[in-house]
Amino acid sequence: MHELLTAQPGSKKLLLGNEAIVRGALEAGISFATTYPGTPSSEIGDNFYRISQETDLYFEYSVNEKVALETAAAAAISGLRTMCSMKHVGLNVAADPLMTLAYVGVKGGLVVVSADDPSMHSSQNEQDNRYYAKLAGLPMLEPANSQEALEMTRAAFELSEAYQIPVLLRTTTRVNHSRTPVEVGLLQPPRRTGAFKKDPFNLVPVPMVARRLHVELLEKMDKIGTEASASPFNRVEGKGGWGVVTSGVSYNYVADAIRELDMADRVRVLKMGMTYPFAGEICLDFLKGVERVLVVEELEPFLEDKLKILAQENGLTLEIRGKGEGLLPRYYEFDPVQVKSAMARFFQLKYQPAKVEMESALPQRPPNLCAGCPHRASYYAVNKALGDATAIYPTDIGCYTLGILPPLEAADFLLCMGSSVSSAGGFAKAQEEPVVAFIGDSTFFHSGITGLINAVHNDHNFILVILDNGTTAMTGQQPHPGIELTPEGRQPPKVDIEAVVRGCGVDQVETVNPLQVDKTVAVLKEMLGDKQRPGVKVVISKSPCPLFERRVTGKKQKVVFRVTNECDMCRRCLDELGCPAFTYCEDEEECAFISIDEHLCSGCSVCKQICHAIKPKKKTA
Amino acid sequence: MKAWRIFFTGVGGQGTLLATRMLGEAALLTDIPVVVSEVHGMAQRGGVVESAVVMGAAQSPVISDGEADILMSFEPLETLRALRKCSSNSLVISNNSPISPFAVASGREQYPDVGEMMRTVSNHVNRLIALDARSLAREAGSELSVNMVMIGALMRHAEMPFGREVVETVLNTKTKKAFLKMNLKAFDLGFQA
Repeated sequence: MHELLTAQPGSKKLLLGNEAIVRGALEAGISFATTYPGTPSSEIGDNFYRISQETDLYFEYSVNEKVALETAAAAAISGLRTMCSMKHVGLNVAADPLMTLAYVGVKGGLVVVSADDPSMHSSQNEQDNRYYAKLAGLPMLEPANSQEALEMTRAAFELSEAYQIPVLLRTTTRVNHSRTPVEVGLLQPPRRTGAFKKDPFNLVPVPMVARRLHVELLEKMDKIGTEASASPFNRVEGKGGWGVVTSGVSYNYVADAIRELDMADRVRVLKMGMTYPFAGEICLDFLKGVERVLVVEELEPFLEDKLKILAQENGLTLEIRGKGEGLLPRYYEFDPVQVKSAMARFFQLKYQPAKVEMESALPQRPPNLCAGCPHRASYYAVNKALGDATAIYPTDIGCYTLGILPPLEAADFLLCMGSSVSSAGGFAKAQEEPVVAFIGDSTFFHSGITGLINAVHNDHNFILVILDNGTTAMTGQQPHPGIELTPEGRQPPKVDIEAVVRGCGVDQVETVNPLQVDKTVAVLKEMLGDKQRPGVKVVISKSPCPLFERRVTGKKQKVVFRVTNECDMCRRCLDELGCPAFTYCEDEEECAFISIDEHLCSGCSVCKQICHAIKPKKKTA
Repeated sequence: MKAWRIFFTGVGGQGTLLATRMLGEAALLTDIPVVVSEVHGMAQRGGVVESAVVMGAAQSPVISDGEADILMSFEPLETLRALRKCSSNSLVISNNSPISPFAVASGREQYPDVGEMMRTVSNHVNRLIALDARSLAREAGSELSVNMVMIGALMRHAEMPFGREVVETVLNTKTKKAFLKMNLKAFDLGFQA
């Protein structure tokens, strides 16, 4: 049984923030969960998936975050306690339903998890999603560690249900992906089935309904705002004339700084766990009791601005600072020394950070497409088919974005999920160079299809390569509508990508196996050379992610490849393919040779097809 | 109680995350406050993987530059890259068996001399323990047990708030049964090294 189900109430477990959120939801009696995977939120969905195999919990990997939230909204309106989790940029996709769901409200508790990624460990931006709480009008909780993640999740369901409003649980990477001890509580049995009561004049926001709902939402939020000051998650610690206001993971840095700067008897900390609606009363009390305040929060001055407004409205003139002016930046996640330094500077304490050895220029070690990754073969084929010609490569979000690196250099433009297809159309209309766009299979389902229909509709002229590796590889091999490989064997896909492409009105479609190099190059060459039939041409480059295939099928690898002494050191394998299994070496007499690491080689055979000196051999254990 | 800040670095696939998790479980078992922080996602796929175990009188999940009490490095080039985390008080335990980054493997850059790198590290910190964890792991049964060798070396050379038997208990209860014998042997080889 899943360990989040077997953990005994009162026992302590070392849980990831994401696991604590799942346990908290189970303790709140959750019956319905949806997600689209995205770092740092993915383990929430992955744990729900495993738990749903063993319990009555309904869980789905939805096609995208908008779909996930709309599906979740229906469950919550039907009275079920529901969670919808995603990464911060996922909430942009789900923003449309979120804004209006705040008006319409819920019946069963609905908790929306936004996992933000300050420092962009795995993201294209570091937007501060706390503004979504303000923009939509939703209560928000921000945990500082796994124990709080569990408790706040439980409380978020109660709050959501009490006020019939979705609640935002906003985390950051260091909360999602840190493990801290958690004392778990009692599991609640879920409500098994929901019931929908027709109520169109509250649930269908035509203008006359929406006008009333907006006023009601503001009233609801005012009421929650007065209660926020009494929330156990907003509390004052310590005593003294100096003040620090903090929230989320930053609280830990503040606590360590106070200990290490030995200032516990001089500083009071307002630790904000419920950060929207703004807990005016407790904040005003706090401001009245201190001489000066430093606000320690990652990214934007969300609390700082509110505190300054509050001080102004109440005629308080104490100094309130946080962002800028040599204190704390509006970018990246914090670290303990940064917070310690800012606190020491602001409160004029002596502090000298340890001297740090500057890094000399070392060979970098960026993440790379794995050995045997079919994306490498696809990129190789496109580069080959173009020859000396060039093309613009709009790309998309997934493992294949790593194709940006030399020697493949197969990424020229990227915004967000699905932007490859739509921007390819824009490039094709705006300038003269040919355009070859890349999108992964899961990303195609997520938000590539509308762009493709648009391209057909508006006669855009480009080639779209759909890199179909049969799974959502980047985030941990989650399923999508087109998967074929399952632990039960190969099955026909529920939604066939080629059929979708044809259904969108594309008639020039070819499916290739990129591990067959010559055939793939030939298909691409023909499409690139065909100036007679303009329009969108689609190549579905289909071969499973080898890590996924091995995990699911248990298939044993039979061959590896080796470089024979026929090698003339032309270096094409290194300079054009760039497989990490290859090594350039020198022997004792400084004579150069190339070898293939048998442990890394996945046996894909692509290198053998581009070089006569590479031969197969039986894999030994 | 003092604070233990242990910074882990290595290359994707070396099992640093399991090593940090095992230490976290050992702290939990002995009721020492602990935070284990991991990086998932992009960091894998042959890239650098950094993680941290913070125990005792500290609760930040991140270790700042210059603040690591212990650096546990699974790869010598990464030891040098992570040297910024150390101060003159730090203990460094480093595997000295290299894994070439792609720029080196493709012949575009040179892998720095391991002895030279270890001397630089040694000059900067309080104490350096360098060991060939890959060979010891092979001796235990598989290169996959490098992480257990490294934890063994940590338990031997660092003053930790719990003894080796606690870590062995954790290995017994939290690692896959099929690998238990190998893991315990690797742990012991690291401890003896």
